[in-house]
Amino acid sequence: MLSYLHSYDRKIVPMSLFFLSNQLWAGQISSDKGIADQALRFFSLSDYSVQIVLLGVLFMGIGSGLMGGFVVTRKLSLFGDTLSHAVLPGVAVGFLWSQSKNSPSIIIGALIAGFLGVFLISLLQKTTRVRLDSALGLVLSGFYAIGICLLTRIQKMEFGNQSGIDRYLFGQITGLSVADVWGMGISCLLVGFITVALYKEMLLTGFDPGFARSIGVPVDFLQYLLWMLLAFSIITSLQVVGVILVSALLIIPAATASIITHNMKALLLWSAFLGVLSGVVGTFLSFLSNQLPTGPLIVLTSSTLFALTLFFHPQNGLLFKWLLSRGRDKKTSLENTLKAVYQELEKDNFSNDNVPLHRLAKRRRINMPQAHAEVRNLVQKQFGFLLTKENQVLPNEDLFSLTPDGWSEACRIVRNHRLWELYLTNEVQYAPDHVHEDAEKIEHILGDETVRKIERILSNPRMDPHGKLIPSQDDIEKGFIDKKVINLG
Amino acid sequence: MNDFFPPFNIVDTFWTPWASQEDFAWNGKIVAMGFLVSLACGLIGTFIVVRKLALMGDAISHGILPGLALAFFITNTKDLFPMFIGACIAGLLCSLCIEWLQKKSPLKSDAALGLTFTSFFALGVLLISQIGHNVHIDSECLLYGEIGFTPLSENFTIGTLELGPRPLVTMSMVALGVIITITLFYRQLLVTSFDETLSISLGLPVRFIHYGLMLLLAITIVASFESVGVILVIAMLVFPSTTAAFFFSRMPSILLCVPPLSLVYSLGGFFMAQWLDCSIAASMVVIAVLCFGVAWLFGPVDGLIPKFIQRKSLA
Repeated sequence: MLSYLHSYDRKIVPMSLFFLSNQLWAGQISSDKGIADQALRFFSLSDYSVQIVLLGVLFMGIGSGLMGGFVVTRKLSLFGDTLSHAVLPGVAVGFLWSQSKNSPSIIIGALIAGFLGVFLISLLQKTTRVRLDSALGLVLSGFYAIGICLLTRIQKMEFGNQSGIDRYLFGQITGLSVADVWGMGISCLLVGFITVALYKEMLLTGFDPGFARSIGVPVDFLQYLLWMLLAFSIITSLQVVGVILVSALLIIPAATASIITHNMKALLLWSAFLGVLSGVVGTFLSFLSNQLPTGPLIVLTSSTLFALTLFFHPQNGLLFKWLLSRGRDKKTSLENTLKAVYQELEKDNFSNDNVPLHRLAKRRRINMPQAHAEVRNLVQKQFGFLLTKENQVLPNEDLFSLTPDGWSEACRIVRNHRLWELYLTNEVQYAPDHVHEDAEKIEHILGDETVRKIERILSNPRMDPHGKLIPSQDDIEKGFIDKKVINLG
Repeated sequence: MNDFFPPFNIVDTFWTPWASQEDFAWNGKIVAMGFLVSLACGLIGTFIVVRKLALMGDAISHGILPGLALAFFITNTKDLFPMFIGACIAGLLCSLCIEWLQKKSPLKSDAALGLTFTSFFALGVLLISQIGHNVHIDSECLLYGEIGFTPLSENFTIGTLELGPRPLVTMSMVALGVIITITLFYRQLLVTSFDETLSISLGLPVRFIHYGLMLLLAITIVASFESVGVILVIAMLVFPSTTAAFFFSRMPSILLCVPPLSLVYSLGGFFMAQWLDCSIAASMVVIAVLCFGVAWLFGPVDGLIPKFIQRKSLA
C-alpha cells in the first residue's frame, strides 16, 4: 500500500512541490516557549501574523457560515464539496494564463470552472436518467482529474516551478497574505449583502420554489446567483483550509445551527457565529504548538461543537429526547399497570379491594421481578400499597391494593380507553374489534377537556362497545363501583 | 502557453513504451494496475450507483485516512497489513457514522454525509501531521495517487515464486474477490438494490448485504487508492456504469461493459499521460470523462442526439 513511500525515499520523482500544510507559523519562533506564553501572545494580538489570520478566519467564518445556512437547508450540502473540487481546472488554467500564482485570472478561471460544473450537473439532471448523487460524483471526480492533469503538466514546464498553487489543494493558512484577506473580506461582504438584501426571496425559493415562481420571483436567476456566490466564497477560503475541508466549513456550522433552531434568520446568525467561533478556537489551538495544522483543527473544533449540540442541546439534543421518551415510556407503563389492577378488580366484580401480584403479572404479560418493580413504583407514587400475606402457600401471593389516588387514576385511564373505543365505534364507524389497539395508545394522552367533549358527544355513556362499564366521574369520587351498576351489565 | 501541448509524436506515444522488453514489462504493469483498479471499482460501483450511494465512495475514501494514521501510530511500522486493517475499519466506521446520523439526527442525509467524512479527513490530516517529517506519508500520493510507482514496489513472493509488484498482486486478489462475490451473490445484490421491500419479504438479510457491500467497497478503495488516489477512486466507481447505462438498460449488460471500458480507460490514460507527460491516474479519468461525453451524446438509451432525432421524427 505504501509503495510510494519507498519511491519517495529514492527520490525518483521530484514531487516535492506538493506538501501538507504543516509549516510553522510565520511569526512563531520556536517551541521552547510555554503554552501560557503562546496563549498570551495570541490574545494580545501583538503579532502581525495573528492579526491577519484572525481577520481572515473571521471573514471566512461569517461568509461560509451564511452560505452554509442556505446550502444545507436546500439539501445542497454536497454541491459545496463538488464545487470545491470542480474549480481546480479553472485554477490551473488561470495559472497557466497569467503564469503567476497571485492573480485575478486564477479566481476568474475558478469561477468559470465552478459554474461549468454546476451547469453540467443540472444539464445531466435534465437530459438523462443519471441520478443527482452520481451526477455530483461524475462532475467532482471528472473536473478534479482534469485539474490534476493540468497541474502535473504545469509542474513540468519552466514557470511551473514557483510553488504556491499547491495551496489550492491543501490550504496553507500561515502564508496568508493581505491580498487573500481582502478577497475573503469582499466575498464575506458580498454574501452578507445578498443575504440581507434578498433574504425574503432566498427564503422563498429555498423552501417553496413552485410558489415563488408563481408569484414572479426569478427562481432560476436566484439559484444561479447562489451558486456563483458559493463558488466565490469557496475559492476565497480554498487557500486557507484546502479543497476538501472547505466543504466542511460550509456544512458543519450550518448543520449545527439547524439542530439549534428552525427559524431561518436565527439559523443564519447561529451558523455565522459558530463558523467564527470554530475558526478562532481552531486557530488558537494550532498556535499553541508548532506542528498542528490550522485547517483540520478548525474543522475538528467545528465538528466537536456539532457533536456537543447533537447530544446535549437542551431542547433538540438526543440526550434530552431520550430522557423525555424514557419518562414517557415509564408513565405509560405505570398507567398500564393501574389499568390492569382495575381490570382484575372488575373481574372479581369489585368484591375484593386487592389483587394478587401474580394475576397482575399475568395480565400485563410481564414476569414477577418486573411486576414487583412496577408495583414498587406505584407504591412510591402513593397510588397503592402492598400487603404481604403471611403463611403463603404459593410464592408471589402478595396483594396489591389501591389508595384513593390510585383508584381515581386507574378509573381515569380505563375511562379514557373505553370512551375512546365507544367514540370510534359510534361516531367514526369502526368495527368494535378494531378499536382496542387505537385506544391502547390514546388512553395515555387524552386530556380532560377532550374527555369531556367525547362524553358530551356520546351523551355520558355507561357501557363501552364490549359491554363493559365505563367508570363515571361519580364512581371516581365515591371511590368504589356500585354492585347495582355492575349487575346492569 | 504554447508549450503546454508538446508536439504529438505517434511513435513516441504509442510505440516507444513497448519497444524493449524492460519497457514492456514496466509499462505493462502500470496498465495492468490501471485496468484492475477500474475493473474492481467499476463492478462494485455499478451496484453502488444503483443504490444511490455514489458519494458514499467519496466519503469512505476520505474516511480511511485516520485509520491509516492510527495504524501507523499503534504499530509504528509501514507494514502493509495493519494499515490495510486500520483503513478498512475507519472506512466502515465512517459509513456507519453516516447512517447513524441519517437515522437518528434531524440532519438531511447529504449534510450528514458531508459532515462525517470531512471530519474524518480532518482528523486524519491532523494525525498525519503529528507523525513528523522523518516518515513520509506523502499526502500528495494519498490524494491523487501515482500509478507510475507500481513497478517500483517490492515484489510479492510466495516461497521462491515471484508474483510481481505487491500492489498489483493485492489488486488482482481484490478484483478477483469482487468478481467472485458479485457472481455468487448477484441475485441478492440485485434484489436488495432495486426493491428493498421485496427483498425483506423474501427473507433476505438486507442490512447484512448492505454492510457486506460497504465492507467490499472499503476494501476495494483501500487497495486501489495508492494507485489512483483517494479522490479519483470515486471516478472509477461512477464512470463505467453510468457510461454503460447510455447503451444498455439491463444490469448484466452494464456489468459486462465494465471490463472493456476499463481496458479503454487504462490504455487511453497511459497513452495520454505518455504524450502530455502528466499524471497517469488523472489521465485515465480524463479518458473516462471523454467516453462519458461520447456516450451522453450518442448513446442509444437516453443519449442526446438519438433523443433529438427521435423527437424530430415524431414531429
